[in-house]
Parts: sequence; C-alpha cells; structure tokens
Amino acid sequence: MGANLFTNYGEAVAMILFGIGFGNLLLQSNLIKKIIGLNIMDTAIYLFLAEKGYIAGRVAPIVADGVTSVEAYINPVPSGLVLTGIVVSVSVSALMLALTIRLYRRYHTLDLDEISTLLKKGGL
Amino acid sequence: MDFIQNFPCISIMLCLFAGIISSGLRGKTARWLNTILLIIVTILSACTLLYTISTGESFVYVMGKFPAPWGNEIRAGVLEAGMALFFCIIMLLSLLGGQHKLMKEVEENKVFLYYVLTNLLLSSLLALVYTNDMFTAYVFVEINTISACGLIMIRQVGRTIEAAVRYMIMSLLGSGLLLLGLCMLYDLTGHLLMSNMKESVAAIVAQGEYNIPLIVAIALMTVGLCIKSALFPFHAWLPDAYGYSTVSSAAILSSLVSKGYIFLLIKIIYRVIGFDIFINTRIIDVLFVFGLMGMIFGSLSAIRENDIRRMIAFSSVAQIGYIYMGFGMGTQYGIVASVFHILSHAATKSLLFIAAIGLTDVSGGSRKFIELTGSAYRNKWAGVTFTVGSLSMVGVPLFSGFISKLLFAQAAVQINGKMLPALIVLGISTILNAIYFMKTVIRIYTPVEETSYPSVTFKDMKLYAVVLVFFIILNIILGISSQPIVDMIEQGLAMFA
Repeated sequence: MGANLFTNYGEAVAMILFGIGFGNLLLQSNLIKKIIGLNIMDTAIYLFLAEKGYIAGRVAPIVADGVTSVEAYINPVPSGLVLTGIVVSVSVSALMLALTIRLYRRYHTLDLDEISTLLKKGGL
Repeated sequence: MDFIQNFPCISIMLCLFAGIISSGLRGKTARWLNTILLIIVTILSACTLLYTISTGESFVYVMGKFPAPWGNEIRAGVLEAGMALFFCIIMLLSLLGGQHKLMKEVEENKVFLYYVLTNLLLSSLLALVYTNDMFTAYVFVEINTISACGLIMIRQVGRTIEAAVRYMIMSLLGSGLLLLGLCMLYDLTGHLLMSNMKESVAAIVAQGEYNIPLIVAIALMTVGLCIKSALFPFHAWLPDAYGYSTVSSAAILSSLVSKGYIFLLIKIIYRVIGFDIFINTRIIDVLFVFGLMGMIFGSLSAIRENDIRRMIAFSSVAQIGYIYMGFGMGTQYGIVASVFHILSHAATKSLLFIAAIGLTDVSGGSRKFIELTGSAYRNKWAGVTFTVGSLSMVGVPLFSGFISKLLFAQAAVQINGKMLPALIVLGISTILNAIYFMKTVIRIYTPVEETSYPSVTFKDMKLYAVVLVFFIILNIILGISSQPIVDMIEQGLAMFA
C-alpha cells in the first residue's frame, strides 16, 4: 500500500489537490476564493490525467525522426482530454467571474453568506 | 444504412446552428426560429422513435466514419428516441406558456439571448440522451450547466443572480466529481466508448484485482450526477432558482435539466457499468436512503412554504427523491418505475409552474397564499389546470402521478428487506403531498366577497390557454394509456443491455 503510494506519487498529489480544491469551492464563503478552489480542483484532475497518460522514458507521439513504433510514444488520448477539459474549465471560470462582478456591483461585498442575509431582509 | 439513422445527429446539429443564428437575430425572429426548430426536432425524434420501434433494435451512428475504439458514436434506441421526443414537447409547451411573462421580465434587447440559451440547452440535452461516448457526455453536461445558469439569471434581480451563483457552485462540484470518476474509469478500462467500457468493466470484475478503484470510480460518478440533479441534501440552490427565475426557465429547469442528468446516470448504470455490477456495489442502498429522506423532507419544506412558486420548487425535491428511491430498489421494476416517473414528473411539474403563473398574474403578481384566495375564479383556465396538476402529484387515478406511484408500489412489493420502508415512506409522502397541494387548491377556490383584482377571459390569453389544454391532455394520456408507455420503457431498457 505505502510502496504503491510512493511510486504513484503524482496521482496521490493530484488527489490531495482535488480535495483541497473541492473543500474550498464548497466551504469558502468568499466568491473569489471559491473560484480559486474551482481552478485548483480542475487542474488536479488534469494532473491526474497527464500522470496517467505518461509512460516513463517515452516522448509525445509526433513522428519527427522516422520512428513509428508504438513502443516509443506515450498515450496521446489523456492529453487530448486535458485540452478539452481546459477549454471547459476556462469558460466556466469566466462565467463565475462575470456573475461575481454582477453580485459585487449590486451588494458591494464578495461574501456569499452576507449576500444571502441581505436578500432575506430586502426581498428581491 | 437507412436515412432515418442520420436524424439524431441532424437534430443535435440543428439546435447548435439555430443557437448560433439566433445570436444575430432580434427577439421576435429568434422566437419564431426557436418554435420552428422545436417542431422540426419533435418530428425528427418521432420518426426516430417509430423507426426504432419498427426495427425492434437500436442503431449506432458512427461520427466521421472512424470505427469503434477510436471514433465518436451516437446511439439511439426506443428509450433514447422517446426521451428526446418527450423533452422537445415539454420544452415547446413551457416556452409558449411562459412567453408573455418572458416579454415582461426580460429586458427587450436581451430576449434573443434567451432563445440562444434554450437552443443550446436543447442541443446538450439531446446529446446527453443520444451519446455513446463518456467524454462527450461530460462536455455536454457542462454546456447544459452553463446554459441552465443563463436561463436562471436572464431575469436580472438580486435573488436570481445569487441563485445562479449557488447553482453554478453545486453543479461545478458535481461535474468535478463526474470528471474525476470518468478519468479513473478511463484509466481502468482504457476506453471512452460506453460499449467498450462495459466489456472491460466486466473483465475487471471477473479478474477481481481492481474492485476497489472500480467502486470508487462508480461512486464518484453517481454522487456527481446526484448533486447535479438536486438529490435531497444538495438541494439548497433549488428553491430560489426555481422560485424567482422567469417561469419558462423554472419549468424547463425542473422538468428537463435535472432529468437529463438522471437519464445520463441510467445510461451509465446500464451501458457502462452493467446493471448487476452496479447493484452489487451497494451504492444503491445509499441512493435508497437519500431518496426516502428527500421524499419526506422535500414535502415538509413545501408545507412550511408560504410562496406558491417556492412550494412547487420544494415539491420537486420530493419527486427527485422518488426517482432515486426507484434506483435504490435495485430491480428492473424499480428502474422502469423511475423512468416513468421522470416522464410523469416532467409533464406535471412544468404544468404546475405554468398554471401557477396564471394564478399569480390575476393576484397582482403576489405569490403569497393570502393574495391567491379565489384566484381560480379570476383565471378559470389556470385554476382548472393547477387542480389537474395537484391531483396528478397527489396520485389520483386518471392522471400520470397515479401510475408512477402504482409502479413504485408494485416494484417495492417484489423485493425483500426494502419493501416496508419504501411502502411506508410512499404512504407518508402521498399524505404530505395531499396536504400542501389540496391546501393550495382549496385556497384558490375559496370565494372572496369583493376583490380589487380583475378577471381574465379566454380572449386575453389565447396562446396561454391552448398551452394549458395541451398540458392537461399530455398528463391524461400518460395516466390513461400508461401500459404501452411502460412496455416501451421496458423494451428500451432491454435494448440498453
């Protein structure tokens, strides 16, 4: 168990980072900190994917020097997934930041709990 | 290959392109485009449904003609085509029914954006229903989330923006977990296509070495989708989002968006993991417990509510609980009952939201019960429709809610151990439903001596009244001719395996 954790330290780190990001996104009341948590969480998943796709001693599958053997290259699919994932996470972060700006202009605070109490008092 | 096999792909593409074109149109033109698009997609889905019923088997559409382990695929069977058809009908009715309200609540130069978002939402729903590739499913889950968030916040008041932020946070937690589970499953199986994954998962289970990572991956995906579809402890964002957004959004969100995720979960259970393996992981027990809790606590919150829109929203929490209870039973009958309840709840909840807006409109825009007294006399069409919806939710025969309750009870009787809790909670939940819905119906039919609010007649709201009639017909069709629909669901689930 411990030896496995040590050889796969990249995956272990990714999981810890995912936990940190997840906790921040769930528990922080400051919206900017929440968005930072979101980005840590997503990046942890990309680290996990990259770590899984990499095979030690091999290179990215770009045929440059005429080597076509499969043995020479890493698995390119996880890299493709990471790219797609990054696009998704960028657009989601942008949307969250836009919403945060809207809320800040209206209530002059970034604290989501404070905004909720303001709303409970003030109706719409 | 028959030409009809192109239809699922064409409908997804049509929705995406309509979204792009709408972004350059003015509000009214965008609305026409959206209505025409929905009618076309409805017809295409109906053709696909008839085709799959007549051939009796599902078909796979290979995107770009790259063969199986590499390419991306669309797969359509009876259940997928039926769901797509049903989603289109509900969306069309919800949009037409809430149209007059949309024009009032959204700034005029932003109306076209609403139709861009609904087109994107429909395309992502169709893609979730039809796709055979897990990563495509994830991408469209995110598109679904973003467009749903837009639908909530298009009405610019503080409450909706706050609700949209809360909705985004919960959804992002859910999709993070879904993506992580998906990546783990990819690492274990080495595939992204559902059919290839299923073979590898079966091999892994037979070999027995990687059972714990497999269970973790399945649990992560299930919990992620539960969070996204607002299962009981994760429903904090729901009442504000459904209660204050414009009424079409509330109807679409409650009846379509959450159902899309649940349908994806059914696909994962049947097409990726395999039904028996999923049952053996015991995750279903967790789903069962949270489903039961949702059924009771959702109804209790609804009883305490003094605002008709929020009351209907809390009722959604209870109904989502029913669906997960069906999953938790762990039998084929339970799943059939859940799928039927997806249809029945989607038809009834959108009806209730659209009818409630007619009642609040004739009460000076207030949603408080005290103001709603006697509103069913001022708007007779909405009053009758709301009563039909309430009766259906409580489970009175003739309406769709009765059939789904009957199916749940039949499924519960056939399993040992879970029969008693399921039946008891079903009974309690029905009583609680009756308390808050009948209270509302009695309230709106209580005559008032004199009122300052005007009455409306058919002439004032032709489109709205016609939509209400269609909703009632849809509900009664689901309630009366349930046997063919249940047979179709069973046939569709058999095609999944």
